[in-house]
Amino acid sequence: MPHISLPEGLPGITSGFAFRPETEKPMRELAEVLLRGPNSLSSAEREMIATFVSNLNDCQFCRSSHRAAAAHNAGGDYRLVDAVQLDYQNADISEKLKALLTIAGKVQKGGKNVTAQDIATARRQHATDMEIHDTVLIAAVFSMYNRYVDGLATYTPTDQALYDAMGIRMAQQGYVAAASSANAK
Amino acid sequence: MPHITLPDGLPGIRGPMMFRPETAKPINELVNILLHDSHSLSPGERELIATYVSAQNDCYFCQSIHGAVAAHHLGGGDNLVQRVKCDFRQTEISEKLKALLTVAEQVQRGGKHVTSDAINHARKEGATDLEIHDTVLIAAVFCMCNRYVDGLATWAPEGSAYYQERAPIVAAEGYKASVAR
Repeated sequence: MPHISLPEGLPGITSGFAFRPETEKPMRELAEVLLRGPNSLSSAEREMIATFVSNLNDCQFCRSSHRAAAAHNAGGDYRLVDAVQLDYQNADISEKLKALLTIAGKVQKGGKNVTAQDIATARRQHATDMEIHDTVLIAAVFSMYNRYVDGLATYTPTDQALYDAMGIRMAQQGYVAAASSANAK
Repeated sequence: MPHITLPDGLPGIRGPMMFRPETAKPINELVNILLHDSHSLSPGERELIATYVSAQNDCYFCQSIHGAVAAHHLGGGDNLVQRVKCDFRQTEISEKLKALLTVAEQVQRGGKHVTSDAINHARKEGATDLEIHDTVLIAAVFCMCNRYVDGLATWAPEGSAYYQERAPIVAAEGYKASVAR
């Protein structure tokens, strides 16, 4: 049960958003820019980083919803995003994305865990300054969303069909267009 | 040295924000609402929560600037801020703020570390739903900012002069224009 009186029946972060629309707005905008704005990393890749960090933070709601968004940004196939969560070093993703996931994993633990070696590895795989910046920020931002969602003990659905539908909306409509609908993510 | 090429001369979070203004805008807006806008918790109290979490995350820049802003709001210099960082339970801040700092401390470790006991204690000391919500979110936001600042290995001025100089500006103007100013 949530730690404060949140609107009933709204899943995860949407209940916090409904409680405090002032903070909802910039939080939605940040997700939209980071995960869907113009970028040399695809939305699928960026959603995979978000899912990876949420998994490390053991945030079920964020992990499930962004897993679905990652899949639906890549034609609806869950296999790759699941392979990445299980063992990204051996998943069928680029060496660049593997290097960026390593950085994201370090940021999840704490910013100072990112080493010059981690950065050098990413650069050897042609990661740009922007890609490194955004990887660090996605990992940092999800360390925020995960704490918000679980820190308030928001309601975490267990129905995978619900997350699948969220993933479709996130992939197609994004994070800002959905703001007008109370049940959207 | 920063992990990417950032604009010269801007310390801490300001360099990355100048590098990427599209993400700076919502981050600044969020921090402004949480720390600067009118609220039942004073700006000094909210800055103390931000400072405490940043100290727990060992982020030098964030704890220094927010500590200076907190000290500016609260008056009485840096002494109270340092004592809060060391052991807030032994300071003269209100029992409500102590209870909220306990919640913030739990959020810093991870959202699932927040206990019903800590929440109930905060309520007993008079914390409202909004104050609890914002405490959780401030702690979460600073777990983000601290990782952003240190994850890019930004530089932070040593000593107190820079932060004491910035504090009145931030206290007066808030965060929306804090990159370029």
